[in-house]
Amino acid sequence: MKRLGRLLAVTRKEVRQLRRDRLTAGMIFGIPLMQILLFGYAINTDVRNLVTAVADEAQTHLSRDFIARLEATQVTSIRLQAATARDLEALLRAGEISIGIAIPPDFDRRVADDTRAAVHILVDGSDPTIAGVADKLRNVPLAFDTRPQQRREQLVEVRNYFNPERRTPVNVIPGLMGVILMMTMMMFTAVAVVRERERGNLELLINTPVTALELMIGKILPYIGIGLVQLAVILVIGRLLFDVPVRGSIIDLYLAAGLFIAAKLALGLFFSTAVSSQFQAIQITFFLMLPSILLSGFVFPFDGMPLIAQWLGEALPVTHFIRLTRGIMLREAALGDQPFALIYLAGFAVVAMLAAALRFSKRLD
Amino acid sequence: MNGELAIRARGLSKDFGQLRAVNRLDLDVPRASIYGFLGPNGSGKTTAIRMLCGLLTPSEGGAAVLGIEVPGHSQDLKPRIGYMTQKFSLFGDMTVAENLQFIGEIYSIPGARRKARIEEVLQHYDLVEQRKQFAGTMSGGQKQRLALACAVLHKPELLLLDEPTSAVDPQSRRDFWENLFRLADAGTTILVSTHYMDEAERCHRLAILDHGVKVADGSPQELQGATGMNVIEVLADDPYHAQTAISTLREIASVTQLGIRLRVLVPESVPDACGLVERVLSDRGITADTHLSSATLEDVFVAVTLDPREEAA
Repeated sequence: MKRLGRLLAVTRKEVRQLRRDRLTAGMIFGIPLMQILLFGYAINTDVRNLVTAVADEAQTHLSRDFIARLEATQVTSIRLQAATARDLEALLRAGEISIGIAIPPDFDRRVADDTRAAVHILVDGSDPTIAGVADKLRNVPLAFDTRPQQRREQLVEVRNYFNPERRTPVNVIPGLMGVILMMTMMMFTAVAVVRERERGNLELLINTPVTALELMIGKILPYIGIGLVQLAVILVIGRLLFDVPVRGSIIDLYLAAGLFIAAKLALGLFFSTAVSSQFQAIQITFFLMLPSILLSGFVFPFDGMPLIAQWLGEALPVTHFIRLTRGIMLREAALGDQPFALIYLAGFAVVAMLAAALRFSKRLD
Repeated sequence: MNGELAIRARGLSKDFGQLRAVNRLDLDVPRASIYGFLGPNGSGKTTAIRMLCGLLTPSEGGAAVLGIEVPGHSQDLKPRIGYMTQKFSLFGDMTVAENLQFIGEIYSIPGARRKARIEEVLQHYDLVEQRKQFAGTMSGGQKQRLALACAVLHKPELLLLDEPTSAVDPQSRRDFWENLFRLADAGTTILVSTHYMDEAERCHRLAILDHGVKVADGSPQELQGATGMNVIEVLADDPYHAQTAISTLREIASVTQLGIRLRVLVPESVPDACGLVERVLSDRGITADTHLSSATLEDVFVAVTLDPREEAA
């Protein structure tokens, strides 16, 4: 009873201080809002309107028709005309165009000849996404194709499940939840403890009957609430602005988020016992930020990474959380469909919390 | 005053790497008394206090505080002691009332009693008007009253105060000591560290620390009576030259200027100390009035903290 009273006293104090700290309070909503708008609007892996130049050395009816069809794909946006393929290379090197289309003078004849390519498409391969998109141009059909239509059965048919329109926000926002929660949860808790040490409050607190565990749990309780509110903000904005669905159970989603938040807060507390200033706490958060974005499968597919990077990724709680959120929100998976992710998050939270409580001794030496 | 000890420490030592901050400290603090730790900065006062309340683990030795073994059972000790840190350590972004409320909750004082007790200390420590003020915006004296109010809110048997008056004006210091005497009269044992002589003089007993070693302890009167030094006060027209002249004497322990007066400490083993000083002054043609004086606490402090090498030089 006394224990609970002390724990809640710490929580009440924390909430009171949080309400007065306008910057932090603003960040609670500002960070998810800004990130979701940035990622939702700015990042798009379904690339369109690549700046393109054409060197049409054939100038025939067929070549002009072909160019019109290229433009109709919306992949290219033809802005420049060049005289020769060599000019296209120069434009490419200067970064003025992403794609160059070289149509040789004997275009019509090459079209008829199956052994030679009729058109050369020059691609700025320094950006792999562009190179991937340019591949789609292979399949642009020709008008006046005199050859008999090869209507043979396709060997492979690709069906896009869960995101048939291939809209990037649908993919990004479930992952973004993990990144946002990770950033704010870890930073706020790490700072919350270190700030008290910097201001000398800790020397007072450790001289009172409050125990390390009461202090730790009392401190993280309000942030769990904040994390759940942030999650709601992301879901609502994702729904309203980007039409991101939640196909699975919202309760499952919140349970998964609760576990992830607990894991992150515990890690934040652990860091707070290891660093000596708020500045260091923020440095550590940023140090972990980059791997969490790059190795978690948030931006790049997990399977494409080398084995070591995959191991590192597997160690990050955010990787497992993103798997859970994508599963629940997009694939209509139940919480139990990915048991390993759940177990990992829960285990991580418990271990980090114990480590934090052990490291935070009520002594100064 | 029943002869029981609030603190009994034996051989208490603390090493920080190569540095021995506190060296084999023995301490007997009787209950319901004000016990002072006097010493310059870095003499080990704070380290000693932190070991006594369990914040630091002693490298050697141990203590019984209110009958509880330290280190080891310091968690049992926490509810029974109050501690005031050297630096203001309450929450600057909370009001006076909120700070007291929080401390009351942390010490598990039940609701109704907590409310009454908070009113009591607000009255008692003259903080009624500041009730809704943020603690961070208060003056040094007010902060210190709040810190004391928080430290005594749960009516501890033992108060540990680490240089409580280092950031306040003289009037606040006087008021603060009035409060300490009232607490001691009510039965609270108080251990207070200071580097002010006038404060040390008000303690019932005190220990002088120097480089982590206790160099003297006793009541202020006992200490003044047992310096082993004769104190000669010299009133000279030209104190600077008088000091230079006296400094040449090998026999003296120290000479300190206080305004136009010089206080010269000479070991009791030196015969006719007064004559010795008079002769060196008249040899140099300096006119001065020389007489024996009784030791002040400052003289005691100088005498016991003399560096042996300095003494020899």
